[in-house]
Amino acid sequence: MPEIPPTQDSVIHARGLTKCFGAMTAVDGVDFDVAPGEAFGFLGPNGAGKTSTMRMIGAVSPVSAGTLTVFGLDPARQGARIRARLGVVPQADTLDNELTVMENLLIYGRYFGLPWNESRRRAKELLEFVQLTDRSNDQVEPLSGGMKRRLVIARALINEPALLLLDEPTTGLDPQARHLLWDRLYRLKQRGVTLCLTTHYMDEAEQLCDRLVVMDKAKIVAEGSPRQLIEQYVTREVLELRFNRDEGEVGGIAADDSAHIDHQLDGLAERIEQLPDRLLVYTADGDATAAAAFERGLRPASILVRRSTLEDVFLRLTGRSLVE
Amino acid sequence: MAAIASASSAPRLPLAAHPAFRILEHDLLVFRRRWHSYLLSGLTQPFLYLVSMGIGLGLYVNRSGGLPGGVPYLNYIAPALLVTQAMMAAAFESAWPIMSKINWEKTYLAALNTPIGATNLLAGDLMWIAFRAVLISVMFFAVILAFGAVSSPLAVLAVPVALLTALSFAAPIMAFTATQKTDQAFNMLFRFGITPLFLFSGTFFPIEKLPLFMQPLAWITPLYHGVALARGLSLGQVDAVGDLVHVAVLGAFAVAGVLAARITFRRRLEV
Ligand SMILES: Nc1ncnc2c1ncn2[C@@H]1O[C@H](COP(=O)(O)OP(=O)(O)O)[C@@H](O)[C@H]1O
Ligand SMILES: [Mg+2]
Repeated sequence: MPEIPPTQDSVIHARGLTKCFGAMTAVDGVDFDVAPGEAFGFLGPNGAGKTSTMRMIGAVSPVSAGTLTVFGLDPARQGARIRARLGVVPQADTLDNELTVMENLLIYGRYFGLPWNESRRRAKELLEFVQLTDRSNDQVEPLSGGMKRRLVIARALINEPALLLLDEPTTGLDPQARHLLWDRLYRLKQRGVTLCLTTHYMDEAEQLCDRLVVMDKAKIVAEGSPRQLIEQYVTREVLELRFNRDEGEVGGIAADDSAHIDHQLDGLAERIEQLPDRLLVYTADGDATAAAAFERGLRPASILVRRSTLEDVFLRLTGRSLVE
Repeated sequence: MAAIASASSAPRLPLAAHPAFRILEHDLLVFRRRWHSYLLSGLTQPFLYLVSMGIGLGLYVNRSGGLPGGVPYLNYIAPALLVTQAMMAAAFESAWPIMSKINWEKTYLAALNTPIGATNLLAGDLMWIAFRAVLISVMFFAVILAFGAVSSPLAVLAVPVALLTALSFAAPIMAFTATQKTDQAFNMLFRFGITPLFLFSGTFFPIEKLPLFMQPLAWITPLYHGVALARGLSLGQVDAVGDLVHVAVLGAFAVAGVLAARITFRRRLEV
């Protein structure tokens, strides 16, 4: 694993961090550090333990074993002080449907001990920031998913947090809503807010994270920047081959005869991954590999050359794909 | 906690700075947009009860010999209904709305991400329920006054008695709510718990008229004590020892409920 940065000035510092629910271990001895100003991600499939980790960092869920400090404070003893400096965007919106958009922010500011007028001032500013000013006095219920998510982000910022925890900020949103959200998060990062987020979208991790850990089955399986992870675990490019099984034979070769295909790709690729519907051929130069395979008589139904992504890293590390 | 930490260096924080009041504030903000419906039901309910039970039913009761001491049935039943209404509202408020905050809309989870802790959620919402109970009782008392169904100046004490009775229900039910994953048990609780209490705790007739085996059941329910206390005071019949017992039982239920709820809230919310 790449070097873990120095711990003194870490915003979050975890060693052997563990969370158990009865007999089941949701987080199994994970180590990580988050530096000030960094955008740090937990990438992993459903059930990997991302939310459990975030809730421990947020000082709302007691640590079962290991050490954890947030802002150098102990969540067990100084939880309220940690939460006072945190912004949290939970996986579920938890907005108050009995209150208006504005009131949701106002009362949340009060929870942080802000005077009413200060809470109102910040709420107005934040509604501007997340582009919801025109909905200030509306009920929360009819807002779209993307709007609700933006409102939750505004709510998380009412106490001007130094660290923002985001649990699957864009899950279930359409592409346009996601991009608007990413843009806001990017601006926050530029203002120096430390971001710590979970996602099971590799494009989100690549877009937002300076550094991330890949989580699977309660454990961290890899750590690094998106670039580093791709360089370390997969090749620069991927050649995706699809074979037309219905036609039986393509170019004189049984299409599903993987031994044959393997033979034809022999020496051309660093690694080959067989998925139900296609073959992933990991290689530094996809076009060259495709041409060489064609020379040897390989006739796939379709060929696609693309850059490797974190999805490929995850597949390499766990043998499964990230989003089922 | 903040108050303790800053006690030596800074001036003591006023009580209103306590985090539990932020939760109460939230509930009052929600109340603010619905106060008219609370007002409407808060005045029509007692009116309907007093007309139908007090006057309608009272006509028969008073004609057929009446109550001991010649107390009009309306005066007999009014303080009991006041207490019962406050109790019913408190029981309701500590079941479904709390379940929603824990489990459905999960607004407690949002509040837990602020410096406010689980115990303050409990304290804040308990204060809201207390506020609601007082509101209902005051409106009920106003209607009683309008009916002229008051026998003693002590009748006004029905309001604090109703508050105490409300808390003696709200706290244990909140403790119970925090242990539930769905609202199924609430239907049972109301059908087989709250409603029978309403009918058999001496609201409409003295529990001495109940079959003998049922009387001890009435003694251990807080509603019986709330009703007996409020009625006694309203009729100007102060019985120092008996009244203290009533207050003690009500207080015991409330305190035990709060202690239990502190445990169940934390167990449910701090996982
Ligand atoms: N409160 C809980 N009680 C019991 N099991 C839980 C609880 N919360 C999470 N889990 C379990 O812990 C595991 C990790 O869950 P979670 O942290 O939510 O993963 P992720 O956020 O990566 O999807 C899952 O198997 C989940 O069922
Ligand atoms: Mg999750």
